[in-house]
Amino acid sequence: MEQTMDLKNKDNTPLLEINFGPQHPSTHGVFRMTVQLEGEKICGLKPVFGYLHRNHEQIAENLPYAAIMPYTDRLDYVNALANNFSYAITIEKLAGLDVPERAEYIRIIMAELARIVNHITVIGFMLNDLGAFFTPLLYAFRERERILDLFEEVTGSRLMNNYFRFGGVKRDLTDANLAAIRKIVTRFPAFLEEFENLLTKNEILCMRCQNIGILSAETATNAGITGPVLRASGVNYDIRKVDSYSIYNRFDFKIPLGQRGDVYDRYYVRILEIRESLKILDQALVRIPQGEIMNKKALPFLKMPRNFKPPVGEAYGRVESPKGELGFYVVSDGTPQPWRYHVRAPSLINLTVLEEMCLGQKIADAIIILGSIDIVLGETDR
Amino acid sequence: MTVFGWGVFKGMLVTLKNFATSYFRKPDEGGIFTVQYPEEREKTIENFRNFPFLVYDETPEKIRCVACGICERECPPKCIHIEMETDTAGKPARRPAVFDIDYGLCMNCGMCEEVCPFDSIFMDHAFEVTAVPISTNLNKTVLDQKKTKVSAERAEGLVRHKEKLLKSNEYFREIRPALASAIDQKRKAAEEKKRAIPPLRHNASDGPVLGRESTGGQAQPSATQEPK
Repeated sequence: MEQTMDLKNKDNTPLLEINFGPQHPSTHGVFRMTVQLEGEKICGLKPVFGYLHRNHEQIAENLPYAAIMPYTDRLDYVNALANNFSYAITIEKLAGLDVPERAEYIRIIMAELARIVNHITVIGFMLNDLGAFFTPLLYAFRERERILDLFEEVTGSRLMNNYFRFGGVKRDLTDANLAAIRKIVTRFPAFLEEFENLLTKNEILCMRCQNIGILSAETATNAGITGPVLRASGVNYDIRKVDSYSIYNRFDFKIPLGQRGDVYDRYYVRILEIRESLKILDQALVRIPQGEIMNKKALPFLKMPRNFKPPVGEAYGRVESPKGELGFYVVSDGTPQPWRYHVRAPSLINLTVLEEMCLGQKIADAIIILGSIDIVLGETDR
Repeated sequence: MTVFGWGVFKGMLVTLKNFATSYFRKPDEGGIFTVQYPEEREKTIENFRNFPFLVYDETPEKIRCVACGICERECPPKCIHIEMETDTAGKPARRPAVFDIDYGLCMNCGMCEEVCPFDSIFMDHAFEVTAVPISTNLNKTVLDQKKTKVSAERAEGLVRHKEKLLKSNEYFREIRPALASAIDQKRKAAEEKKRAIPPLRHNASDGPVLGRESTGGQAQPSATQEPK
């Protein structure tokens, strides 16, 4: 960085190197990128991570398995339930625990609600980056608030839910909760309609987003990109279908795909995904059975978390989090603490193609490209 | 196909409609939903959890906590510190002498509430928590140990001692009626069971216990509670 003035391009014109972030409102946290500019054009970009490093993995390796659950909330704090889901699935794989039918349905209902929350939040903030200052974001937050109120009622907390347990969930959904979810689901399409009227065909949005930050399907698959960013590039890969973890194979839903892989597709795929999530919720609310919410074998460990010792072995569990493939890799040595604990965070891996997408674009567009990837620094830096 | 600018116009209509109808609609349906916070308050949801507090039954002396230390051990960020009280003979008295929770460390996960076998620690609804002035929070000895005032404030500002953490069962019933009544019933049933058992035991082991009746009588009921 000391050599800023020496940077030159082929025609011997000097390049400008600027630091973008870490304290910049549009970097979605403490993310920093070093951008090399030729006029307004980006000709080099280096993401710099680590400002929010909290030693998550090492902390987890010194904690009993159950005590890690609240820490996973803090990874991707926009939708903590997806993190809970992935971690619970991993440990259930490791310990060979089954989940009762009703708990599976509750898990899927909560995870899909979290997906809706995440997607409308992302779209709102992306439009903030575009300059649609807070109007779409507040429309989105108005709806989000209803879901978060429900989360508070069911899990006890709006964001840091800490709701899933190994072999079930912490608290049952009452009939009143189910009625509230039904109300949210029936009202949501009207909001989406309004939201789309405001945005989807908006010429300013189209001009700012279309053909910006194109990510080809080939680059995306080679870089290991997952989630809506990959699907916007036209690759049909959704872990809910591919892996069909939990009971996702019982639901009828489609995988929306983009065509060009630009920012606009990433926005639109998310809108369509919300519609598919509503479809899943519709089906789950009809079919949810009565019954247990915790596996009987796992019940004593709620009171005695330190007695929970999975057999020696390793497990990798993954879910389709709203941001991509969220996986946990846990190695057990038979003690109450994991021997190795690793998080495969979609935000971090999706960021690796940022330079690819930004090259040749204007500096103002880098911000929306970053916004369209949907990163959360809690998960990136861990 | 369509006129350029039609999308923007439609979007404007949406914002105009939202602006106009916000004055007529109910807050729940898209109306003005701002709550003028310090004056107005939303109703707190029963399951809402914030920092933990300790429940006592009738008087603050009748504390439910027996200082078993399970919450201290299971707390993920290790924000609880407990020391058991000892009587004059040096025997553990099954009550906490020190019970500190550092609210600055606590992450509101609710593990302590979940693991407590004596239904004594629960998550509070009080969210307006600030660092209390050190003069009220600190006792003199701790204050003397600290070198400067600033470091004392930092170290002790959000630590809550036993006296501050203790709250009555009535308060608990007020903030979480469903859970509190369920726990009251459970405790009542356990007490009745306990009352039914001791005479039988006394008959069975009459001789050996007689000499140290007071300590034996205290230890027994809690021993029957533990294996839950």
